[in-house]
Amino acid sequence: MIVTSLEYLPGKTVERHLGLVQGSSVRSKHAGRDIMAGLKSIFGGELVGYTELLQESREEAVQRLIEQARSIDANAILNVRFSTSSIASGAAEIFVYGAAVKVADQR
Amino acid sequence: MTDAILFAVLLLSGFGFGQLNERRHYRSIKEREVQFQSIVTVASRHPPADEHYDQQLVVGSVVVASDYFKSFVASLVNIFGGRVRTFEPLLDRGRREALLRVKEQAKALDSSMVFNVKYETSRIGGAVTTIEVLAYGSALLPKQ
Repeated sequence: MIVTSLEYLPGKTVERHLGLVQGSSVRSKHAGRDIMAGLKSIFGGELVGYTELLQESREEAVQRLIEQARSIDANAILNVRFSTSSIASGAAEIFVYGAAVKVADQR
Repeated sequence: MTDAILFAVLLLSGFGFGQLNERRHYRSIKEREVQFQSIVTVASRHPPADEHYDQQLVVGSVVVASDYFKSFVASLVNIFGGRVRTFEPLLDRGRREALLRVKEQAKALDSSMVFNVKYETSRIGGAVTTIEVLAYGSALLPKQ
């Protein structure tokens, strides 16, 4: 599965457009990490715990995006966009979406 | 009384360590920016279509916190309005760090250009202003 933020793929042509696919993941931070990050934020700087947490949930969202695309028989997802929104205090939703297509090598 | 002491301690340690962390971070950012200078990151949506490249999504993200002191100053400035100088370096650091992580990934893939780079910034709740910056784009890899 090709996942890209581009609108087309160099050297490939789009044969069929299969519609929008999406993946999302809602995560909250666990209390231990939260307290540590809260302490660390007093001094400023990177909060590695949160960076990792968001990265993990982003990977999960992408995984779901790929699964959905696979289920409709696509072999590439074009124009992928990320979006993050905090839906409650302490929880964030990571949303990723793109256009599922079937591509073939250019002759 | 204890509240006032705690507040003063938080304010002071935020001021001291915050400044130190920021200076250290900027030094590291500047070093790595020179190191990754050869990798081109552009917002263009149109990569060269004549040559044959493979491409891969590269993502870089970072969560950075301001510090207690800066957040306090900002809340004061907020009353009167105007430019919130204490938060400007925070956003700048976040964006530059996220882009550097994109470049690091591109370099690991042996790519020298990243197209269609987008930024996403979101605020993470808490007493101290904390932001997450995400940068992503498509790295072009020379075809094997």
